[in-house]
Amino acid sequence: MPLLKNPFIRQLFGSLLDLAPILAVVIIFQVFVIQLPIPDVSDLITGTLLVVLGLTLFVQGLEQSLFPLGESMAYAFARKGSLFWLLAFAFCLGFSAAIAEPALIAVAEKAANIAGTGGLIEQTEAAKDSYALGLRVTVALSIGFAILVGIFRIIRGWPVHYPIFVGFGCVAIMTPFAPAEIIGIAYDSGAIATSTITVPLVTALGVGLATAIKGRNPVTDGFGLIVFAVLMPMIFVMAYGLAI
Amino acid sequence: MIEWSIHLFTELLKTCRDVLPIAATVIGFQLLVIRRPLAHPKRTLIGFFYVLLGIVVFLEGLDMALFPLGSLMASQLTAPEFLGVNPASQPVSWLTYAWVYVFAASIGFATALAEPALLAVAIRVEQISGGTINAWGLRISVALGVALGLALGTFRIVTGLDLSLFIIAGYAIVIIQTYFAPKMIIGLAYDSGGVTTSMVTVPLVTALGLGLAEAIPGRNPLLDGFGLIAFASLFPIIAVLGYAQIAQWFSRNRISPNS
Repeated sequence: MPLLKNPFIRQLFGSLLDLAPILAVVIIFQVFVIQLPIPDVSDLITGTLLVVLGLTLFVQGLEQSLFPLGESMAYAFARKGSLFWLLAFAFCLGFSAAIAEPALIAVAEKAANIAGTGGLIEQTEAAKDSYALGLRVTVALSIGFAILVGIFRIIRGWPVHYPIFVGFGCVAIMTPFAPAEIIGIAYDSGAIATSTITVPLVTALGVGLATAIKGRNPVTDGFGLIVFAVLMPMIFVMAYGLAI
Repeated sequence: MIEWSIHLFTELLKTCRDVLPIAATVIGFQLLVIRRPLAHPKRTLIGFFYVLLGIVVFLEGLDMALFPLGSLMASQLTAPEFLGVNPASQPVSWLTYAWVYVFAASIGFATALAEPALLAVAIRVEQISGGTINAWGLRISVALGVALGLALGTFRIVTGLDLSLFIIAGYAIVIIQTYFAPKMIIGLAYDSGGVTTSMVTVPLVTALGLGLAEAIPGRNPLLDGFGLIAFASLFPIIAVLGYAQIAQWFSRNRISPNS
């Protein structure tokens, strides 16, 4: 049993450490600046414990299922897979990782609530659910597409900043035309979606590919995938806002 | 209790739907394209179950702790009793909300400095640059970048200025920096933007932004509430490129008098 227990407890401690800076800042502000008692303390403590427990289970589960599998596959595809399968894998990996990101699930729900109270969509559960899901699918599609373009860039050996400049140009051109209510969430969504699941898997794919191709340096060529995944949803979500 | 179990069960089903695509992608490609059996099928299955359970518990905790904490801080820091004036009855200057910027900056600095992913990036940058770029210096500059970004982001919510102006200006700075920065650092610097927005930081910062937009008179959560995360992901890029640039200048100056 101690063999099974040890990594779990270490992970539990790690999750607590992730939360520590936030808790420290909030407590310092409550005690020294605001100087008011915190309402609903028991709920906050239960919630914090749930966050720590959930994070621990989540990361532990990722490390024994998705990460070893995903990373070894990323290397395998990068080494010998045909271009078609490599690109198909890149797209599916980006899409499905973004769909599973917990932070995106939570924020999309929040955005749907705001849109509901703001009168942008109907104030019903069904309308909110479909708005939240639509938002997440849009973000996920754009991240899949972003990883595909990023992988293609590594294969072609283009400098990382060319596609970024093009993407950024699109953002600058589209912003004045997009509905004002969608711009904030559009700008946020990419960074929200590139989190615990997406970053390690996508980085493994990029670095694996750059290692496998002759004349590429894993450090200079392998990175630069995440930035597409941050930028592309800005464009797609603004387009989604124009479409609905 | 029954209500609660039903709630938990529906959440679990919903999360199944969310995790299914990634499980299908990884297992499907493994079996159908690579055509190799899973190495540890039981371990993998248990792992996926942990992921499922973890997401459900985490989201439950978010709704009870991190989201309320963000909105609580927003409402307490903007309450008329705390400010000493009532912004609803008289116009106030943006300086009245000084503690809001300090709070946002502190959250940004503390979380970025403690972020494990950033530590990994910093160590790698130190290795590539052959020690010219110091890992600690880089982490501090990114943390300062995120702090400045979030302070600026809350300032924008308070004043109601246009979000796109800030972000587009920020990306324009990144483009200019790209031309001067050491080439090998560019990819890593770009990717560091996604690194500082972790699963724990995002909900709190989002709730803070929405709470501010609700509490400050004249602001609308729909129009002004989002955008903080965009600041938090843009500024690390500027910070890493800037730090690499400065470190390169210093090392060049140190070498040139001798050669």
